[in-house]
Amino acid sequence: MTLIDLATALFLLIGGLFLLVGSIGLFRLPDFFMRLHAPTKASTLGIGSILMASIIFFSFKGDGISIKEFLIILFMFLTAPISAHMLSKAALHVKQKPRQDTLNLDRLNAIRDRTNWASRS
Amino acid sequence: MQCDRSRRYRPRVFNFVLLFVVWILLTDITFGNMLLAAILAYLIPMVVGSLQSAAPRVAKPLKGAGYVLVLLGDIIVSNIVVAKQVLGSLDKLEPGFIAIPLELRQPLPITLLASTISLTPGTVSTEVSADKRTLYVHALNVENEPKLIAHIKHRYETPLKEIFEC
Repeated sequence: MTLIDLATALFLLIGGLFLLVGSIGLFRLPDFFMRLHAPTKASTLGIGSILMASIIFFSFKGDGISIKEFLIILFMFLTAPISAHMLSKAALHVKQKPRQDTLNLDRLNAIRDRTNWASRS
Repeated sequence: MQCDRSRRYRPRVFNFVLLFVVWILLTDITFGNMLLAAILAYLIPMVVGSLQSAAPRVAKPLKGAGYVLVLLGDIIVSNIVVAKQVLGSLDKLEPGFIAIPLELRQPLPITLLASTISLTPGTVSTEVSADKRTLYVHALNVENEPKLIAHIKHRYETPLKEIFEC
């Protein structure tokens, strides 16, 4: 077992772990907004980690450095926050109910109307 | 605002080169691919050009690179924090909506800030007020509301402000 194999295995393991945590979070968390946190973020890092493993593995196979994975990671980091934002925005406007103890739950209508946070000053 | 808004960013050449290079990297270097890359790199900016808003000049590219590194580090660290929260007791979590007063005024820096907030685990940007002065964020665990707002403002908004010279 070479160092390359070891590094590849390590990254695959870390990636798999974060993907698993993301899925568990999706399953366990109580409301839509909270559920959104687990798969969008943990999965980004998880898939990024697995792609790192792919970069390491294929770069040392002799076919030159593989760049495609870098592009995939880049595209993922560009698109993941947009989709997370759109999902949470959509949930807000179709009036998904957040958990009852959510902070500032009473101001949800103000957020939905996109008014400025008036009562703060 | 001291921002130079008159400068309209017209990155025709930049977009062409970027799309061309990405297409070549994603495929193999053959004559057919290069021809296709050239056609696409010319057509795509033309089609989506009308969607582009005037972007402010990037004043400090080096600071931008530093920002990306800080962000990558934060993503890893806070992913571990959120992993612990997800696997731990869910009743201890205190989710909440928080409002972040914005000092950034232009669409692109605000978009970058919102994306940054969504990328770092524990927070998702949900909505921006119609006057673009408040960003509403859903956080998975709010221990101390003013502290969290101050943290986001200090760690992400201040550098963005410096990068875009506003």
